[in-house]
Amino acid sequence: MTEANTLPSGRTRIDHLEMRGITKRFPGVLASDHVDFDVQAGEVHALLGENGAGKSTLMKILYGLYHPDEGQVLLNGQPVTISSPTDSINLGIGMIHQHFMLVPTLTVAENVALGLPSSRGALTDLDRVSKRILELAEIYSLKIDPSAYVWQLSVGQQQRVEIIKALYRGAALLILDEPTAVLTPQEVDELFVIMRQMTRDGHGLVFISHKLHEVVEISNRVTVLRDGRKIGTRPTSEITKQDLANWMVGREVTFAPDRGDVQCAEARLQLQDVSCGSDRGTPGLRGVSLELCSGEILGIAGVSGNGQRELAETVTGLRKTTGGKVILEGRDITGLHPAEITDRMLSYIPEERMRDGVIKDFSVAENLILREHEKKPYSRSGLLDLREISRHADELIAQFHVKTPSRDTLAKNLSGGNIQKVVLAREIFRTPRVILAAQPTRGLDIGATEYVREQLLEQRRKGVAVMLISEDLDEILALSDRIAVLYEGRIMDIVPREEATPERLGLLMAGVHPEEGVTA
Amino acid sequence: MRARLSSLFDALLPVLATLAALAVGAVMLLFLGVNPIEAYAAMWDGAFGSGNSFAETLVKATPLLLVALGICISFRGDVINIGGEGQMIIGAILATWIGLTLTDWPGWLVITFCLLAGFVGGAVWGGIPGLLKAYFNVNEILSTVMMNAIAVQLMNFLLRGPMIDPSQAQLASKIPQTARLIEAFQLPRLAPTRLHMGALLAVALAFLVYVLLWRTTWGYRIRAVGQNPHASRYAGIQVPRYMVLALLLSGAFAGLAGAVQVFGVNYRMITDGSASGFTGSAGFNGIVAALFGQLHPIWSIPASILFGALLVGANKMQRMTQVPSALVIVLNGLVVIFVVSSEIWRRRRQRRRMAAAGHDEAPPPNVDKKPQQAEAGA
Repeated sequence: MTEANTLPSGRTRIDHLEMRGITKRFPGVLASDHVDFDVQAGEVHALLGENGAGKSTLMKILYGLYHPDEGQVLLNGQPVTISSPTDSINLGIGMIHQHFMLVPTLTVAENVALGLPSSRGALTDLDRVSKRILELAEIYSLKIDPSAYVWQLSVGQQQRVEIIKALYRGAALLILDEPTAVLTPQEVDELFVIMRQMTRDGHGLVFISHKLHEVVEISNRVTVLRDGRKIGTRPTSEITKQDLANWMVGREVTFAPDRGDVQCAEARLQLQDVSCGSDRGTPGLRGVSLELCSGEILGIAGVSGNGQRELAETVTGLRKTTGGKVILEGRDITGLHPAEITDRMLSYIPEERMRDGVIKDFSVAENLILREHEKKPYSRSGLLDLREISRHADELIAQFHVKTPSRDTLAKNLSGGNIQKVVLAREIFRTPRVILAAQPTRGLDIGATEYVREQLLEQRRKGVAVMLISEDLDEILALSDRIAVLYEGRIMDIVPREEATPERLGLLMAGVHPEEGVTA
Repeated sequence: MRARLSSLFDALLPVLATLAALAVGAVMLLFLGVNPIEAYAAMWDGAFGSGNSFAETLVKATPLLLVALGICISFRGDVINIGGEGQMIIGAILATWIGLTLTDWPGWLVITFCLLAGFVGGAVWGGIPGLLKAYFNVNEILSTVMMNAIAVQLMNFLLRGPMIDPSQAQLASKIPQTARLIEAFQLPRLAPTRLHMGALLAVALAFLVYVLLWRTTWGYRIRAVGQNPHASRYAGIQVPRYMVLALLLSGAFAGLAGAVQVFGVNYRMITDGSASGFTGSAGFNGIVAALFGQLHPIWSIPASILFGALLVGANKMQRMTQVPSALVIVLNGLVVIFVVSSEIWRRRRQRRRMAAAGHDEAPPPNVDKKPQQAEAGA
């Protein structure tokens, strides 16, 4: 049905795209240092690297958002100039951004048509757009209703709209920037089916990720970047996850940290039938009961927006409960002010660290005393002891390996990983009884992620009760002793780690009890 | 080296902006047929030409500095206090009333007591909008401005009625003013000029405010709440409480400015019906001085002196060169616009530089997590 060099969408395929010697300098930084990269029709080429390694810079150059200082792009052997996304779209390059570029209040068809000239001049041609969307959906087996409003769609479906959008604009080569970051395991599987179909049809795909198992599963070749330089390109079949991790980080990485035995001595934190509202006015938690023991990590899994934020905020006293009790070490803390709960040695690593974890315009030293500044030795009768605060800062910076020019550097000038280390240092150093960690490694690179996880395990070994709220199933599985799954404000089930598989958790996360079958 | 030059440039930026404003002012003077060099020379002479004129500059700078200190506190706490005028008036009324009542007490005690009364009066007038903001989410810019209007009418009422000078009450003219404070209650002069103790007090308080903001837990919390109320709340700071405190202290310093103005300069309260008739607009100009001093209490000292000099020098310029008095206000406004814009420009430049340095990856993906999955799955 298709000719040799035509894609099912009718577009001519890009047999080979090559970036040669791409160099991009920013003031003080060499973001891309003579990097070579190429994609062939019919393959998934994974681009791996830590935050700041230069993946995005390279792809932004390919998509026309940045202009390289040196190097060239060759399309089927011919040099091309890409000076804007319009150029790259015309050449058949599409990009699926990590943050979807969709208008929630418009329909799928309207979103696809957005920014394109109408075939009827001043009048809209949404019926034609819808027809074409259905054609493309048929060809690529992407189930999508052109008349559905985007806000009604799940994250996975929204991503499909983005893919359709790119195909509609004639993309032969697609750049997928961390496409799995927001998906459930089932949705990831569905995405991979679509990706395989596309490569079979002759599309070339660039897959950016830092999840190694996904890279190993989906890609044909993998290129690793570090500090703006290319470390190497290999066929995926010839390399192991461990090798890739070492390449990325530049040293040995431990994957399965030593866990030690569980020792549930006492229940540190209990939730009894806790309910609360959400910011949207709908119920946030609907009768959650659970128990957190000393020396264990209780993982809270779930798709984002199913009550995780509300759970963290009710425990820390930031959100009012509408029912039930929160008990910390035998004492009812329901309705207490966050300050009083904090004082009972509950530490909190908030989800949005830039908003809730640090004060961006405060120095590292000032941020490190955010919780304890009114206590000795940091202050006496209302007067801050600056010498002690500096000493404390130096100690924590050394102990937690915070990379900062000095203790007086403003927090906003640190990298995400180092900001998280500042939060972690502050919350751990006070020897808490309970730690509540919400998405503690989101957005962090492998090195920082590894560090944060080790610290949480270390606290667990010391007998601290740790509640880990995470949307990253790998993280939940790697760290937790027990796993509770939140769905629509309820605990679907609490599963011991030994019995937890991604499939089982995935079903629970989608609101399905495995034993009930796929009825819900 | 480049970095050092750049930070030197940043530090000098307000000065350069002032010069640029004066340059634009020079063009206007030229259009009015006035030699700008002559005009500016008159201005300089008026502000710094003699010991006496410099003393006048300092006298004008004193209330500016006191108000500016309060502004440093409130703006650092991210509450915008536009109510300096009203707070000055209330502080002055309270202080004057006590000064006119306790006539038998020793001077030093009454002065101390009256200045404290000014402080408290301003604190109340600033604290009310603070409470309204913290607990009822009332915009403090609006409420402080409205409190100004209330304060003016209260002053007009009191000075025409209950607090009117008894001797004026006898006369047909009925000038709305209070009786004069007895000599023992007047702030001591520092030299055979109008310069008074209040100036020294203001400078001492500048250092105290510095200590408050950067060496005490109160100041730490006011700044924390101002910079990021979310993180402050998460860390267990009672955010509303420190919003109120910031506005309350801000009002207190303005109230003190009002009391110092009465006890150091006028020795009585008199009204022409407007707020500026009493305050000389120090409640507003103090904001400018504080912003000019980068919201730093110590830098607010030279900033206040500069604006004091502009006010005094402009008077002299007007007398010497016959420029309309409106031009003086224009010149003042130009300085404000240039300085404030230069500050915004500096911040943007800094942000651009930083953005260029930390260019690579997108921010952590928590902004766009759409909570729509729950509904979609249901």
